[in-house]
Amino acid sequence: MSEYRIQGATGEWEVVIGLEVHAQVTSNAKLFSGAATAFGAEPNAQVSLVDAAMPGMLPVPNRECIRQAVRTGMAIDAQINKWSRFDRKNYFYADLPQGYQISQLYHPLVGEGALEIQLDEKDPTSTKTIGIERIHVEQDAGKLMHDQHPTMSYVDLNRSGVALMEIVSRPDMRSPAEAGAYLAKLRQILRYVGSCDGNMDQGSMRADVNVSVRKPGAEFGTRTETKNVNSVRFVMAVVEQEAKRQVALIEDGGTVVQETRLYDPDRNETRSMRSKEDAHDYRYFPDPDLLPLVLDDAFLEECRASLPELPDAKRQRYEAGLGLSPYNAAALTADVETARQFEALLASVAKAAGKGEADVAKRVANWLLSERPGILNAQNIPTDSPKNSIEANTAIVVATEAGTISGSKAKEIFERHLTSDIDLAAEIDSNKQTTDTGAIEAAVDAVLAANADKVEQYKGGKEALFGFFVGQTMKAMQGKGNPQAVNQVLKAKLG
Amino acid sequence: MSVDTATVAKIASLARIKVDEAAIEAMVPELNGILAWVEQLGEVDVTGVEPMTAVIPNTLRLRDDVVNADPLTGGDIRDKVLANAPAAEHGFFGVPKVIE
Repeated sequence: MSEYRIQGATGEWEVVIGLEVHAQVTSNAKLFSGAATAFGAEPNAQVSLVDAAMPGMLPVPNRECIRQAVRTGMAIDAQINKWSRFDRKNYFYADLPQGYQISQLYHPLVGEGALEIQLDEKDPTSTKTIGIERIHVEQDAGKLMHDQHPTMSYVDLNRSGVALMEIVSRPDMRSPAEAGAYLAKLRQILRYVGSCDGNMDQGSMRADVNVSVRKPGAEFGTRTETKNVNSVRFVMAVVEQEAKRQVALIEDGGTVVQETRLYDPDRNETRSMRSKEDAHDYRYFPDPDLLPLVLDDAFLEECRASLPELPDAKRQRYEAGLGLSPYNAAALTADVETARQFEALLASVAKAAGKGEADVAKRVANWLLSERPGILNAQNIPTDSPKNSIEANTAIVVATEAGTISGSKAKEIFERHLTSDIDLAAEIDSNKQTTDTGAIEAAVDAVLAANADKVEQYKGGKEALFGFFVGQTMKAMQGKGNPQAVNQVLKAKLG
Repeated sequence: MSVDTATVAKIASLARIKVDEAAIEAMVPELNGILAWVEQLGEVDVTGVEPMTAVIPNTLRLRDDVVNADPLTGGDIRDKVLANAPAAEHGFFGVPKVIE
């Protein structure tokens, strides 16, 4: 992997990137109140007196939010702090009724950890470890709408008080690709752990992208922070645009100002937000409403015991234990939902076929990764259609695995099953491929007799015609001939 | 530790509280009086003592992840939440336009 460099007028520049990712914790209720967190509710329907910061209300943390943050920390091998504390981050804005955000500055719940990214999909050795400095738990703010009224902004506090994890990386990334791979890997892990749904288009995950440039090996330059970037692609674009902007600015005699910026995807550029020097004067102090958060060993043990098999471990097991190719293992483990479907179908097929999982894994993987998606796409049928049931998939794959039907018949029958009401078992039965040599020989004889001219040409050296004979025989047998048996008989007859 | 007029003006502006100059002038000695009083604590030798943020020898109680378990701290009370708002329309709070 060659190093990423910006070519400036004064030579090469290196880019340094750190990401602060805000991930919404999956929970029913908010971090400090019993109001619901579901997406898309009527404005202010999911707001309690705590979230609206009515006088005298006291926050009481939701155990599940703490648990999910701890499990996330464990999944990135981070230090879990059994003693942590909440602080107030003070700022005044219409989306923040308390006048402060309850966060954790001095004693976060989760300390140092790391995750490993793979830079080249095809090269399992192209890995790099990205340090994670901390994960802390904090409240989300409300939402402002500016375009609904000529003189007023509207405030919806449904999101106010929803639990967020802020996951802060070390400035360990050096290219747009690394930043993108880090965010994608983090999202993958969060989805496996179940601590965040990772829906970036609904704002469940958003990244603040810290970028600075320097001559390779020099001290870190001044960084800018581009806020609320909500896709992997945009994170990569921000790094690229911001690095180029900084290099041009410095080479032009200017200085990079430490400031907050916004990304405009339509124009593919970053823009400065107001740079009031006051803006970062948050006057943090320990929240007097909240006692220290102390976790006992039983809590931590439950968190650890409830962690699922994580993507890297799963991928290795698919390769070593199930004999899948690195490509298939990576594709099946890329998202937790794909892995779940694969494992469910694998278990079902192995059981129905009376074989070990490793014996049928390749066929199940191929069915899920290349054959089935083609059929679903062609017919425009969603994966979660009831027709695409595990029973139907099992029946098809088992019949193919047993050699009862050919691969092409399998696809054809499955397609008909999806688009019409057929009796799947009966359909498989009536399309059984035959290995009955007598029937195949009869069909081959008929084909050769009907194409005597082509037989002559074949014998004269035009060997490409072999495929033609196979096709004609299969057609004559309505696709039910076992392809291998047909090949053998043809070879024998054509001498 | 003490504050001057500029510091008081800055704190007021961070909290978006409008304070006129005469009030600031009056507030400086008042705040400095409070700060000096609290500063007496600096006379206590706290070498080797863990900083303490709560006086109750207790740890945080946690709640279960159940929506609206207690009506006092649950949602679905939009009318109550908006009842005291100077402006509320279509279920939203209305505030002076804050677009930048």
